[in-house]
This record gives sequence, C-alpha cells and structure tokens, in this order.
Amino acid sequence: MNSSVWISGVGMISAIGNNIAECLQALETGRSGIGPITKIDTVHRSEFPVGEVKQGNRELADLTNLSPYISRTALLSLMAAKEAINDAAIENFSSLRTGFISANSVGGMDKSENFFSEFLTDQQKGLLRNVVNHECGKITEIVADQLGITHYICTISTACSSSANSIFFAARMIKNNLLDVAIAGGADALTKFTLNGFNTLMILDNEPCRPFDENRKGLNLGEGAGYIVLVSERVAKSLKKNPYCRLSGYCNANDAYHQTASSPEGTGSFLAMQGALKKSGLLPSEIDYINLHGTGTQNNDISEGTAIQRLFSPSFPKMSSTKSFTGHTLGASGGIEAVLSVLSVKLGIIYPNLRFNTSMKELAFVPETKFLKNLSLKHVLSNSFGFGGNCTSLIFSKS
Amino acid sequence: MHIYIRGTGIISAQRTFRSSALSMEAVEYSGNRLGCIEPDYKEIIDVKFIRRMSRIIKMGVASAMECLKVAGLNQPDAIITGTAYGCLEDTVVFLKKMVENKEEMLSPAAFIQSTHNTVAAQISLMLKCNNYNNTFTNCGFSFESALLDSMMLLKEKEANDILVGGVDEITDTSHAVLNRFGLYKKGDVSNQQLFNYNTKGTIAGEGAAYFVLSNREAENNIARLDALITFYKPKDTSTIEQNILTFLDEQEIKIDDIDLVITGRNGDMKGDAIYDWLNTNIFKKNTIINYKHLSGEYPTSIAFAMWLAVHSLKHGKILFHEKVNIAKKLKKVLIYNNFMNIHHSLLLFSAC
Repeated sequence: MNSSVWISGVGMISAIGNNIAECLQALETGRSGIGPITKIDTVHRSEFPVGEVKQGNRELADLTNLSPYISRTALLSLMAAKEAINDAAIENFSSLRTGFISANSVGGMDKSENFFSEFLTDQQKGLLRNVVNHECGKITEIVADQLGITHYICTISTACSSSANSIFFAARMIKNNLLDVAIAGGADALTKFTLNGFNTLMILDNEPCRPFDENRKGLNLGEGAGYIVLVSERVAKSLKKNPYCRLSGYCNANDAYHQTASSPEGTGSFLAMQGALKKSGLLPSEIDYINLHGTGTQNNDISEGTAIQRLFSPSFPKMSSTKSFTGHTLGASGGIEAVLSVLSVKLGIIYPNLRFNTSMKELAFVPETKFLKNLSLKHVLSNSFGFGGNCTSLIFSKS
Repeated sequence: MHIYIRGTGIISAQRTFRSSALSMEAVEYSGNRLGCIEPDYKEIIDVKFIRRMSRIIKMGVASAMECLKVAGLNQPDAIITGTAYGCLEDTVVFLKKMVENKEEMLSPAAFIQSTHNTVAAQISLMLKCNNYNNTFTNCGFSFESALLDSMMLLKEKEANDILVGGVDEITDTSHAVLNRFGLYKKGDVSNQQLFNYNTKGTIAGEGAAYFVLSNREAENNIARLDALITFYKPKDTSTIEQNILTFLDEQEIKIDDIDLVITGRNGDMKGDAIYDWLNTNIFKKNTIINYKHLSGEYPTSIAFAMWLAVHSLKHGKILFHEKVNIAKKLKKVLIYNNFMNIHHSLLLFSAC
C-alpha cells in the first residue's frame, strides 16, 4: 500500500485550447480564454465574460464520434480523456485492470435545462433524450463506453473539488491493488443553471477575473475537461516512455463553516494542504509551486491566502491561479489544474497569474505574473476547494 | 482486519426509523410511488437548520444523526455519501424559477443546496467535523462506491470510524419524468403484490440509510461487512453467475455457506428473468428473500438491503419475512442487486 502511483498521460480541453499543446502555447504567450458568451442562450449574455471552449457541439461531436445532441459535458470529457490515453500510450491497455474515475458538478444539465423549459408548460413535453443523461454518473458512463472501459467506473461530485477527489480516489484504488491503470479527472460544460446560480450569489465578475488582487470582484465561469492517466509502479516500469511525475500527496478535509462560503481563516484549505504535505513527507519549504484554487472571489482568495500564509510563512513558493486563463471550470477545475501541475513539474514551467496589479493587503505574498521556464521543480501543490466546505489538495513530485 | 457495522439510521417507506421492533409488519402502498415515512425532524435537527433544508437533506441528516447516536460516535473520521440523483427538489425549484422569471430576480437558497454534496456537507457542518468528506454520484453504484471508499480508508488506517450512507429522493418532477421512460407499473398496483404481476415496470422508491463502519471490536457492533464487488454491464446471465462464483471463491466460501440471499428483484418482468435464472441455478439451494416491495426501486436501494441484512444477522431472524424459515442460525448473508441490468453488486455480511 506504500507503493507509488505515477502519472503517464495528460489531456485537457478548455477555453485556451483543444489539447495540451494549444493550452501550453496560450499559457506561455499570456493569451487568456476569457471572453463574451457566444454559446449558451441566456439574458446575461452581454453581462458576464466566461471561459468558453471555442468548438460548438457539432464540431466536438465530429471529433469524438458522439452524437451532437448529447450533453456537452460528455463531449468535452471524451476529448480530454482520449488525449490522455493516447498520450500514455499503454500498449497492453486491454489486459490491465483499468478504471475511469470521473467527476462533474451538474451532469447533463446543459440538456436538462432545455428539457425543463418545455416540460414546465406540459409534463408530456420536452424531448426525453435531453433528460436521459441528467445524472452525473451517466456522463461518465457515456465516455467510459466510448473508451471501452468496463472494469471500474466511478463518478464523484463534490462541487468545485470534484475532479481533485476523483484523482485522489483513483490513486488509492491503485495503491489498494484494485486497479493497474486509472484515467481520472473531470469535466463540466457551461450551463444557464450554473451561470444563474453563481449570479444569485453575486460572485461573478463582469470583467475578466483578477485572482489574488486586492481589487478582485469575483470569478468567471469556464468549461472544459482535464484527465491524467495514473499507473501503478509495476505498469510504470513496463512503459517505454518515462512517466511525467508521481502523485506523492493528497488530502481531503472539510471546512465545516458554511454551505457555500469559506471560513475567514481557511480551516479546510489549511488542513487539506497540511495533510497532503504530511502524506508526501514534505516540508512546506520543499514545495516549488502552488497552482492556486484562486477563483478571484473576495471570499476564496482571502481564505486560501490566509491558509497559505499560516502554513508557508515566512518563505513562500511561487504561486498562480490559472483560472485567470480558463475561468473557473467547476467540476473540471481539479482535473485541468492537475494536468497543468503535472506539466509544471515535468517541464519546469510556472504559469502567470493574469491581470494582477495590487497585492492583497492581508497577505505577505503576491502571485507570479510571468511565464517562467527552464526551472528545476521538484514538488507542485494543486488546490481545489468547493461548496459544502469540500477542500482537496494534491502534490505532484518529480521522483 | 474486520470491518464492523456499529450503528444504523434509516428512513424508508417502512417504519424503520428508530424502530427496535423485530416483527415488523410491511406497510402496504397502492400505486407506483413509495414515499418515505418521515420522523418529526424537530427532535433530531435544530429548528433553524430544518427551515432551510429540502426533504432529501432532512432525511439524510436525520438518519446520519440517528446512526451516530446509536453507534455512540461524536466525530466520524470520514463522512461519505452516495447519491445518484442528488438534491433534485432544490435543483427543480431553481430551474423552475429561472425559467418562470426569465433568469431575473432569483434567490440563491435553492441553488446553493442543489449541489450533490449538500447532504454530506450539511452533516459535516452540523458536527463541525473537518475530517474527510466525499460524495459519489455514480448511478446504480453510488452507495457501493461510498462503501468501497470507506473500506479502503479503514484498510489504509486513515480512519477508524466512518459514517457512510446512501440517499435518493423522489420528487413530483422526477417521478413524472421517470414514468415517461416507462420504468414504473401503471394502474392500481400494491407493493405487497409486486412480484405477482408479471408485467413491465417496477415501483419507485426513495430513502436515506447511514451506517457507522469501524475497524474496532465493540459490544454494540451489529454485523461484519466482509466484501463488496461491483460489475458493469455484464454481457449475459452466465457472466453474472461466474462473477458471483469468483466473488465467493475470493472470500474462500461456498454458496452453501450462505444462509440467506437478499436479491434486488423489482417486479419488472424482463429484469426479473435474471433473478429467475440465478434462483434456479447458483442460488437453487439457498434461502432467498426480496426487498424492493418494501423500499421501492431506486439507485441507492441496496443501502436498504444492507440495513435489512445486518439487522437480520444481529437478531437471528429475517426482518419483514417472518414466514421464511431458516434452518440454522444466520451467519452469512449475501446481497445481489442489479440496477437496470447495468449496475450489478454483491455484498457479503457475517454475524459478529
């Protein structure tokens, strides 16, 4: 149970690109994916910028061979999961115990909300094909069926920490010798439901978001998917390609403060980061980079920042929130940011935190604002926190 | 290491909440919807919390609190919930307002409680518990995944006492939609006659059931959870049988060692053919009972079956099935359930 779990493949799709190469290029050139809403039919269209994946459902359907009428969440999920599997290039894939452990926050809501507007006028109305995949787990099963994975299929939904928890769970299944390979992460599509929900909470910025800035006004919603391929030590040794890195630490803690707000002292995030460090046997000073949860809301950033300050003061690692590029992709964010953390360790790169101007007066550190490369990074911490106080931290280590 | 079930708390279509009576009479329902018999929540949950909670949250939180009380546990090391549908009522309230008000003047209350992790989160919040907290939304495997997570945490020695449960609700909307998919029987049906109709469809159910799983021996342990396995979309009935045999082999027991088999027969003619076949083959010598005439069909109904299994083991007689004779003392109970012939699960329990 003490054996290591290695990362041998990555895949992502987001507002800054359809694959890893495109996303990395956008990150290096500082090209944000935040822009006006063009796809969802909402009265708030001109009000809030979002991080939309540029491809429409029909184009994604052509690329994945799924129906264009299926939930966009499934389309996004399959895009990124396929890239991760191809990247891992595991030859004897079908002879291994493989699991697909995915996550999302609202399942097939992009379709159910259309169904519902018709259903409300008459309970016999609304196309059933638009509601058949409402459940979170259905999205996972559509993708698993396309990938030909049957051995183990699982879905986690803990709001914005969902896909960090799916990676965590996948790693433990490998350590418990229940799986040899796991494709883990998550997906979420933009929906009217979540846009309006976050709007009622008054935490959407009407301009591109500014995580960890004193004058931050809120978050931008985004969409996408991110998956990593985790393999056992035995499988890692059998592969021709060297793995990217190792998942060395993880912890899940609950803030137990409020259904949606984070505690001012960041109890949950502090415990998650502290627990992940303990699991990996690392000191705070050994962390080279933190991929922040950094949503850009007043509440998250002060809560997360305070927890980081408590744990890392006086010497802080480099930090940034890549949500300034992708928007907050909710159930996908833990997966997307795990992918970016894996690439950070492997390639020795750190991503800029866009639009940062003024340091937060409560904090003794500022986020990194430039794309840094040719670094030697040993350990990267990724934070994912969500509604319901669900806080999860993951640590990726070079060896 | 053994995994013990110490406490249980359950709200179901039967009189199961805080009921210690052994000779339980099954409640009869007419129609295709079995709603829960709910307790007076004021005795269990702080009134200021109740006001904001939808039904699934109240059912989940109340059964969790009752379970912890029975187990004598204040702070579990982990809180893990399985729910296929999540908080449907709050989801629909928000969707309805969004459509009716054309996305203007909405209140956040329903939205913030619509996320699938709300029940587990509310339990953490009420207990002020900062420990591990997870929610599995895995269709007909939701509760099984939560159990697997719990079993791994105990084996990893990351936890000693875990609160784990399964919750799902029926709402008017979900029932209307699922009816349109043809899942339920039509016309005048009785749950007591569920297995006698030989027609298409089943009856809808809902429920909340929590358990304390522990790696510690204790006086008040109820039963032991020995093993769990799930399999997805098996290609035929003989594959199911083979999987059951492999499962028993791995546990180093024979089918004859099983004193009671609880199966997930749900009255749907086509789906029940699987149970018919297994009952005349692998289970032909076993005592078999069903439970979905008591609970109704829903993706986390196996949590109800687990409650039935562990209390039957504890009391040495089969709850709700007084007429079923058992030759010897109940020592081992096997649950086999499938949901829509997609999600197949096996759970094995032993007496303490």
